Amino acid sequence: MTKTLARWGGAAAVMLLSLGQPVLAAPVAGPAQAADMAAIQQQLNALRAEYDAKIGDLETRLKAAEARATAAPVATPGQAIASASGSASPPHIAPGDLAHSDLAPGEVMIADNAPEPEAKTSSANAMNPGVSVVLNGNYVATSRNPDAMRIRGYPLSDDARSKPRGLSLDESEITLAANVDPYLTANLTLSFGADNQPSVEEAYIQSTSLPGGVTVRGGRFFSAIGYLNERHAHNWSFIDMPLPYRALLGKQYGDDGVQARWLAPTPFFLEIGGEAFKGDHFPAGNPDKNNAGAQTAFVHTGGDINTDSSWLAALSYIHTEAHNRAAAPGLPGGETFDGHDALGIASLVYKWAPGGNPVQQNLVLSGEYFYGRQSGRFDGLAATRDPRGWYAQGVFQFTPRWSLGLRYAALQSLDTPILPIGSDFNGLGHSPRAVSALLEYDTSEFGRFRAEYTHDMSDLRPNDELMLQYTVVYGPHGAHRY
Amino acid sequence: MRRAILAAAGAALLALGLATPAAAALQIFACEPEWAALASEIGGDKVSVYAATTGVQDPHQIQARPSLISKARTADLTVCTGAELEIGWLPMIVTQSANKKIVAGSRGVFQPTDYVNLLEKPASLDRSQGDIHAGGNPHIQGDPRNMLPVSKALADRFAELDPANAGVYRARQAAFAVKWQAALNRWAAEAAPLRGQPIAVQHRSWVYLENWLGVRRVIALEPKPGVPPSSGYLAQVLEVLKKTPVKMIVRAAYEDGRPSEFVGGRAGVPAVMLPYTVGGSDQAKDLYSLYDDTLNRMLKALK
Repeated sequence: MTKTLARWGGAAAVMLLSLGQPVLAAPVAGPAQAADMAAIQQQLNALRAEYDAKIGDLETRLKAAEARATAAPVATPGQAIASASGSASPPHIAPGDLAHSDLAPGEVMIADNAPEPEAKTSSANAMNPGVSVVLNGNYVATSRNPDAMRIRGYPLSDDARSKPRGLSLDESEITLAANVDPYLTANLTLSFGADNQPSVEEAYIQSTSLPGGVTVRGGRFFSAIGYLNERHAHNWSFIDMPLPYRALLGKQYGDDGVQARWLAPTPFFLEIGGEAFKGDHFPAGNPDKNNAGAQTAFVHTGGDINTDSSWLAALSYIHTEAHNRAAAPGLPGGETFDGHDALGIASLVYKWAPGGNPVQQNLVLSGEYFYGRQSGRFDGLAATRDPRGWYAQGVFQFTPRWSLGLRYAALQSLDTPILPIGSDFNGLGHSPRAVSALLEYDTSEFGRFRAEYTHDMSDLRPNDELMLQYTVVYGPHGAHRY
Repeated sequence: MRRAILAAAGAALLALGLATPAAAALQIFACEPEWAALASEIGGDKVSVYAATTGVQDPHQIQARPSLISKARTADLTVCTGAELEIGWLPMIVTQSANKKIVAGSRGVFQPTDYVNLLEKPASLDRSQGDIHAGGNPHIQGDPRNMLPVSKALADRFAELDPANAGVYRARQAAFAVKWQAALNRWAAEAAPLRGQPIAVQHRSWVYLENWLGVRRVIALEPKPGVPPSSGYLAQVLEVLKKTPVKMIVRAAYEDGRPSEFVGGRAGVPAVMLPYTVGGSDQAKDLYSLYDDTLNRMLKALK
């Protein structure tokens, strides 16, 4: 009790001293000042003595705590310092005031909620997986009917179609993720499309403790080819995928399969991997063999240029086999393809942020080049086609919460002269291309509003498209990809 | 042809992998510069320390850059604040690094926040409260007294992972503790004029510093943690500061200076940039000069 009083007294003296000092020191001069100096010196000495006593006390307690920690091999977290910060904490912080603890005593809070009782977790749900939910909503206005839109020369899968006009709920996603045991982690992503049909978007298990930098994954997942392919829709920089992804990979390629990756123990980033898939999704289709209908290989590398900027480069290859793959709603029964589809992708990403701190301002530039060969029977007629495409995009966050983006995407005109003029395989010498502009406003890391305008020249007649979208993510804090 | 290229690439990789130097016993991946500095103090030349961030980067928001993944791949130990400070980026790096030594829960994970008493534990968890951390406020490096228990635990962990050098780590820690205690005494005397002074903060990342120095936080410029203030909110803050004047408005080196300078200019209060961590200012070159500079800047603002 006496000790506490003494401390309060000491603190009060110091406060008075420091508050009073400038007032006293300025007008009074000569001997009075000397007397003041002596008084100050005295108080300082007292203060020093008090500190020495406190520190002595602290050291004893620390030693005691250390002794206890050594006695019990598993140290209780927080135990060691409990005494240290307890004894030395300034007197004006009331001990044990945890309910209001995010407010300092006397701190003013504007428009804040009243504190709630402490959240308690019962053991029944303590092992629940992390649940994250993504919600999306769109408003789309287009100058042409999206149902009639084509990418000339490139028949589209259903997934790659344009978004419907008007107000609509876009894909909603629920992800359940947790470690299974010390060796495996698992992830399930259910998605609910605008058609109210739930589907399993991703469901995979992955190794966590293989030696040598190896990771193995199995189940249903998005392939790691390219830069954008592995990202879920809510992580795309623009509302929609660029033309080459829509035309050549059915928006993004995901399927049932296995994946192995190896991260090289090099001083720079180098990752090599490969996948084998069932081959049931565009550009593959209708697998009828025991072996994989799609195979991929990829190499990722990257590094820092300086503290402001970094880069990532990737080379990817995917080979798919299609059996009577139907695509495009243009003709009755769609356009069919029977054969092999090989595609190489070169990707380059550059990120810049002043001082490497992306919070205030940052810039992300990315581009990918697609180089493919399709050989087989197109609507029953044998042919070989070499699709080419690319896109380049930049998104600049010019001030916290606000970003601007620009994207240009193009595909080479792809003609298959032996097919009739009306076939979607026939490009008619037209080069599909589109230019998009984006404005983004983030309410936080978890809430986002975007507006995107696209002038789309993928069909013979251009289409103007305005898309407004909100995206929210709630649940545990998911870590962000590069 | 394709096979030959693959074989050549494989051989080149192998050579690179073998050529990687393994001089230091322990490879340390430190998420923040203060822990990199502490790891070097304790480990000396027995450890090789990589600091994943700099003093001018916001440790909440770091991009999972390829260079970080390759450094995490070869790490024996991560020294990262914990208490969810790095939750937005570290899990991705650990997953992609495919390094089982640093998977959450293993002995290759060292979190300084496990060894000190955390303040500001939220009563309830809801994102409407802003960027709050379930375990409590993670910015423990604000109080240099926290370095003592952390250094002790870190030396023990080094000794556990590298028993051959256990004696070195313990001796270096003991020497550090003596030197640090002397510095703590010196800082306590220097900081005496700050005790009881009212201050405003930009982000509430200074609770440990406030606790150490005994300064009194009157208000935060952020309405909620991690939520940037609107101009309307800052006007309300100015009203509060009229009634309850403060001596200074502090912010971290990595934070946008505009809100504190705006309010400081209107209220006639100095806006003080504090280094926050090693490398946050030109003067804060190591752990000692970090707190020297912090005190210097605060004492200067008091005058």
